Amino acid sequence: MNMKPWIAAVVAGIASAAAAQDTNSLSIEGEDMVTAAAAPAHVENLDTIYSGWRFRSGETQALETDDFDNPAFVFVDQGIDLFDKVDGAEGKACSSCHENVEDFAGLRTQLPRVQDGTLVTMENLVNDCRTERMGAEPWKWSGGQMTAVTALIGLQSRGMPMDVAIDGDAARFWEQGKELYYTRVGQLDMSCSNCHEDNYGVMIRADHLSQGQINGFPTYRLKNAKLNSIHGRFKGCMKNIRATPFAEGGDEFKALELYLASRGEGLSVETPSVRN
Amino acid sequence: MASGVKPRVKVPKTAAAGDTITIKTLISHKMESGQRKDDDGNVIPRSIINRFTADFNGQNVIDVTLEPAISTNPYFQFEAVVPESGEFTFTWYDDDGDVYDTSKKIEVS
Repeated sequence: MNMKPWIAAVVAGIASAAAAQDTNSLSIEGEDMVTAAAAPAHVENLDTIYSGWRFRSGETQALETDDFDNPAFVFVDQGIDLFDKVDGAEGKACSSCHENVEDFAGLRTQLPRVQDGTLVTMENLVNDCRTERMGAEPWKWSGGQMTAVTALIGLQSRGMPMDVAIDGDAARFWEQGKELYYTRVGQLDMSCSNCHEDNYGVMIRADHLSQGQINGFPTYRLKNAKLNSIHGRFKGCMKNIRATPFAEGGDEFKALELYLASRGEGLSVETPSVRN
Repeated sequence: MASGVKPRVKVPKTAAAGDTITIKTLISHKMESGQRKDDDGNVIPRSIINRFTADFNGQNVIDVTLEPAISTNPYFQFEAVVPESGEFTFTWYDDDGDVYDTSKKIEVS
């Protein structure tokens, strides 16, 4: 069929209106962030990956551009205090071993990673330090202290591109994560991909679906006025589709975290980001 | 002293004489209203920041009375005219008698 030029233009117009990520560019404290990148080769069904920032309203976007306006920095300040706070039987603080928190630059981009045959996330690393080196109680996975410290550590990598290893030892965890991503679960019988791959940019109730990128975690959410961990967010998603969430810190969520991190390869770390 | 109280202030480092500058302040404070009850039904006593002031070189710029309905981590943004180089001093007064202050220098050319 021979499509008239104006029809083609209208069709193209509708197609671009359906993709709701905007064309704004993000600059935090004068540092430019990559919020769109060519999809990594292993992400078969997307051409371009977008940071969740691109799907938010102008007001929410603006909050992230200035560290004073970003409410997450209240918690980063708490993280700075916690980093220096002595805790546990050994009489040590994080800063007893890690003198400069700046030395963690780049760590956020590589996590989760495989260590001694198991997949570890930043929460695991923090709690391993607490239990083994400090002789202290581990923190709750999504508790205020944990997210404050992971936000502080993640902040050191802000602006760096996400870059997790998915080959070698990590391959089987990555496959497990991918399997989870495409598996339908819950009463609504939905998989991650149904929303975040097939329908990103579309309204879900009063909100735009994003691609579900995790480059900005822990993220400050306006809905609960606190920092939210990656696994806490997964739990929220699973409840929304009427599924029984996996355990925070469990093998399933860690594998999914690895897979999602790999889907965001090339996007800038925005930790701590602001979302609704 | 209420726990986790930390003032944050943003003042431009430089300005021209007579400029109107924007100042942003935030103090992390739980701002317990005194209306809530704990699990046992006892009223949680009020504990808020009840007054906020900003002074420039000893001269008062703003003086605010805060009420219990103000939410946690009170944020103030206001404008001030700076005639000369000097120092802003910001002071928060807690219900429990604590006073938190912080100051910022500004260079006026």
